[in-house]
Amino acid sequence: MDKFKIHKGLVALMDRSNVDTDAIIPKQFLKSIKRSGFGPNLFDEWRYLDHGEPGMDNSARSLNPDFVLNQPRYQGASILLARENFGCGSSREHAPWALLDYGFRVIIAPSYADIFFNNCFKNGILPIVLDAPRVDELFQAVAANEGYALSVDLEAQTITTPDGKSIAFEVEEFRKHCLLNGLDDIGLTLQHVDDIRAYEARRKQEAPWLF
Amino acid sequence: MAGKTLYDKLWDAHVVRRQEDGTCLLYIDRHLVHEVTSPQAFEGLRLAGRKPWRVEANLATPDHNVPTTPPENGGRAQGITDPVARLQVETLDNNCDEFGITEFKMDDIRQGIVHVISPEQGATLPGMTLVCGDSHTSTHGALGALAHGIGTSEVEHVLATQCLIQRKSKNMLVSIDGAVGPGVTAKDIVLAIIGEIGTAGGTGYAIEFGGEGIRDLSIEGRMTVCNMAIEGGARAGMVAADQKTIDYVKGRPYAPTEEQWEAAVAAWRELHSDDDAQFDHTVRINGADIQPQVTWGTSPEMVVPVDGCVPDPAQQNDAVKADGMRAALAYMGLEANTPINTISIDKAFIGSCTNSRIEDLRAAAVVAKGRKVADNVKLAMVVPGSGLVKAQAEKEGLDKIFIEAGFEWREPGCSMCLAMNADKLEPGERCASTSNRNFEGRQGQGGRTHLVSPAMAAAAAVAGHFVDVRSF
Repeated sequence: MDKFKIHKGLVALMDRSNVDTDAIIPKQFLKSIKRSGFGPNLFDEWRYLDHGEPGMDNSARSLNPDFVLNQPRYQGASILLARENFGCGSSREHAPWALLDYGFRVIIAPSYADIFFNNCFKNGILPIVLDAPRVDELFQAVAANEGYALSVDLEAQTITTPDGKSIAFEVEEFRKHCLLNGLDDIGLTLQHVDDIRAYEARRKQEAPWLF
Repeated sequence: MAGKTLYDKLWDAHVVRRQEDGTCLLYIDRHLVHEVTSPQAFEGLRLAGRKPWRVEANLATPDHNVPTTPPENGGRAQGITDPVARLQVETLDNNCDEFGITEFKMDDIRQGIVHVISPEQGATLPGMTLVCGDSHTSTHGALGALAHGIGTSEVEHVLATQCLIQRKSKNMLVSIDGAVGPGVTAKDIVLAIIGEIGTAGGTGYAIEFGGEGIRDLSIEGRMTVCNMAIEGGARAGMVAADQKTIDYVKGRPYAPTEEQWEAAVAAWRELHSDDDAQFDHTVRINGADIQPQVTWGTSPEMVVPVDGCVPDPAQQNDAVKADGMRAALAYMGLEANTPINTISIDKAFIGSCTNSRIEDLRAAAVVAKGRKVADNVKLAMVVPGSGLVKAQAEKEGLDKIFIEAGFEWREPGCSMCLAMNADKLEPGERCASTSNRNFEGRQGQGGRTHLVSPAMAAAAAVAGHFVDVRSF
């Protein structure tokens, strides 16, 4: 996983609440056995005018001009500003894979679904929670200013706006540590092999039917 | 000190290690694996030169991609025709063979939807922690277990370490006070709960479902309720273990036997919240107030009783919510204030990890018996949750009831719940579905899904439109 320290990027808007992972990456693309290559099919049903299937040449498909990410001003966006309960529904990690593959490293929303939120951290995406009025202010600022970019500093836990205003955000200490250092969870857990074995030995006595 | 909730007890029994900031290493007793969310995890293991920590804790089956077409139409004996889907199922087969994981392959009678087969086999036990790369893993909480969905990185983590890095959720109690009325099912209860708390109401919580309305349910009914905990935002839903739970587990292939059985039962009797346990949030719903439910929009919280009408965004004060309602109405092709029982359907789907167990099929068959699917309904299909559910249904003659009524009787799998296989809605088609998600495009691009109980789906198929099954 790539380390996350400071990220500066163009902000795009996703102005709907309850955006589900079926919308982020439709099921037909879940047939892939790879982790990469999902970016061209991010928000597929909203983004293209035709029906997408795996193996299609996406560059030859007609884009939906009304879809926000197809607007010229948002090309190259790497920060997604979203509404409540972003990433609800299916646990598919293909959703953060698709967002990352498209180029998003930061999401800002008032709330997320739990599994999606967790999956983001496993892939080097920083999902930031800000209160709804603050998110609303950002929506208005982005809409009013083409080229609106934010700078996100994970170490300092701040977002800096183009006019130099700083917005603080919370992040769990352990998740921050893993993201800052690009740590592999499995490697971390395997440092505690003795604890796992001790737990298993004790548990085999208490509840042998589980083994 | 206050007593413990069921969730507290399950959590505490599985903490391997706790860091100062509250992050825990949680031991996982059972890991279920299917073809869609596992290939990248197995590949990760291979690249790191790792092996499964405890291979026998894993149980696998293909379910999302498998064809459900009946044998006389070619069926699955001919294999999967979609080469991409076929590769994914073959990849699961190869991974399980390589790492020595038990898999019920596509031609095994024990194959089926992962959340149906595990309880059926006794592989889900009270008091367990159970995870799977699928959000509907909450289903297994019905047996007094702590069960939730995980992403593929965590699938790899569990394979490699038998643990997850977790922080504890908050405790929520949803109590159905008093009995529900006749004709009101587990599906109606859980849809009513989601209508009440909203799709994010349970975010950050583990939900315990309790009260008379829940205790009265069979274990299969409790599975239906816990299955949709995730649709209320909670990763885990659970119900206290009781005598029904113990009776359900007894004698199943993976259940404990002989001297271990008594010890297990003694431990399971403790799997309930203490009388003085504290919940962070409690929601109470009067059981008698719950009516058969039908969703009208593109989120499971957009739900009304069958005798109600499609709501009017003009009556909604919250502007963001009103916009969401307008977008949902446009997608669903519905006008505000339309009575639900005048909405006609094109297809009916009875199946999915929510409603494909034997009791679900029996409830649908009672309605279908001696009746015919309406002329305007292009397809009504029944997809059992497992090969064993299918065999049991056939033993009881349910297949004949469905076929005579004009339903298609299919092979087990996830099918049109998420339409990864060939079973899907065409653009604009409207479906009465016993599945769990009415999201845009979920059952096929442009498809319009209304979530209902099995009896309500069967009634809609016969009437050609939604109808109150109690007056049917």
